[in-house]
Amino acid sequence: MEILQFEFMRNALLVGLLVSVACGMIGTYVVVKRIVFISGGISHTAYGGIGLGYYLGFNPMLGATLFTIISALGMGLVQQRSSQRQDTVIGVMWAVGMALGIMFVKLSPGYTADLMSYLFGSILTVPQRDILFILLLDLLIIAAVFRYFEEFKAIAFDEEFARVSGLKVEFFNILLLILVALTVVVMIRAVGIILVIALLTIPPAIAGEFSRGLKGMMGFSVVLGIIFTTAGLYLSYLFDLPSGATIILVAAAGYILALLMKK
Amino acid sequence: MGKPVIEIKNLFVDLDGVTVLEHVNLTVNEYDFLGIIGPNGGGKTTLLRVLLGLVKPVRGKVRIMGESVEKNRHLLGYVPQYAVFDRSFPISVGEVVISARLARKQGRRFSREDYKIADAALERVEMLPLRSRQMGELSGGERQRVLVARALAAQPRILLLDEPTASVDSRFAAGFYELLQELNQEMTLILVSHDISAVSTYVKTLACLNRTLFYENSRELSQEMIENTYHCPVDLIAHGIPHRVLPPHNGVVGS
Repeated sequence: MEILQFEFMRNALLVGLLVSVACGMIGTYVVVKRIVFISGGISHTAYGGIGLGYYLGFNPMLGATLFTIISALGMGLVQQRSSQRQDTVIGVMWAVGMALGIMFVKLSPGYTADLMSYLFGSILTVPQRDILFILLLDLLIIAAVFRYFEEFKAIAFDEEFARVSGLKVEFFNILLLILVALTVVVMIRAVGIILVIALLTIPPAIAGEFSRGLKGMMGFSVVLGIIFTTAGLYLSYLFDLPSGATIILVAAAGYILALLMKK
Repeated sequence: MGKPVIEIKNLFVDLDGVTVLEHVNLTVNEYDFLGIIGPNGGGKTTLLRVLLGLVKPVRGKVRIMGESVEKNRHLLGYVPQYAVFDRSFPISVGEVVISARLARKQGRRFSREDYKIADAALERVEMLPLRSRQMGELSGGERQRVLVARALAAQPRILLLDEPTASVDSRFAAGFYELLQELNQEMTLILVSHDISAVSTYVKTLACLNRTLFYENSRELSQEMIENTYHCPVDLIAHGIPHRVLPPHNGVVGS
């Protein structure tokens, strides 16, 4: 346990914990509502905001928050139209977000070395101010899920009946996508934009196989997230591997194991 | 006959530019048990969705207990077809039923009163012992009863049912229709189905829907109604089922 002497290691474990809480809670809704593709779109548009942050010289994490929330609102509008081509529009927004990011980065003056850490994660080098920002977003996510747990559950199970019962389904669907956006921002530093979707969905996918309720599924997802991030972090430290990719591969191994156990 | 609870006048509905319903006129009185039959794609579900406020009509007037759909749709209970649900969704029977109380919920949690109403609804359909069972573990018939309980938990005056026996075997269907007849003592029922013989045995009045509504204020179907609805003579054999659907007729049907 001598690795705990390092401050960066303690910080990394804390980030892993914060990430696990956010993605365990919101990932559970993403999986049962089957909005994995929309969530993938939201996460990739974050790159546009990161590029904008570089270009205009403010914290890229704020840019990512701005862009993911805008894309969540956009995806929410697309989702409400019962058009056949939803997935096409989502795919286009996904790519446009990335393309904007590439443009902004190209236009940015100077050296953009740590850009890779936003794409693929770098849990060992998260700056203090970003940890505080992640903590704030985590608290927002927890508060929203705590307050509207029943509403989100009912809409996920049977959206039409929820609407008939008089719930403001459109409001809750957009709120949930905004929470997905915030969760993506929480996760970017740990596993990176490209890998966000795996850590958002694998723990709830495993938990869903063994849970009898949504609360249990969330709790189990959070625990699994902590196990995956901690184990991935340790292995990447031990063998000098990229931390984001190691966490995802550990999670994927867990998923395969769970599927085999279930058989 | 009681006072009218649902009035539809000259209703037109388009879905994606296609006319699904036209010239629909319908009056449903309190404590009626109306069965609406018709071919698949004939607009049966759409008609229910108009009443529920999920589809906006192009033209026409819809009144629920004398008021607009927006104002009074909370008086409706809705039992959808089961096909739309995800069986792997981790949710218990009790959780499904109490979700009908969501719009009335104050704050974060359901009240003691809400739980009482949900339990009473489960008791009503004889499903209270299965309250903690997973929704995905139920048989088709049990699931259908839970969906009725969920609709009842909203304490409706009018119950709308969309093909409630579609995923249920016929042995179970008889008991289910008996439950509906019991509920009919307390509320108005509108049931949509393509299963002519089963429906016509239990309902009080019948209507046929295929773009427009052929409505006769009785339980007996005329051959003309059927032909207008299905656009072809339907082989409706009255023998061997408990209630005679067709009036006594001479000659061979459909020849």
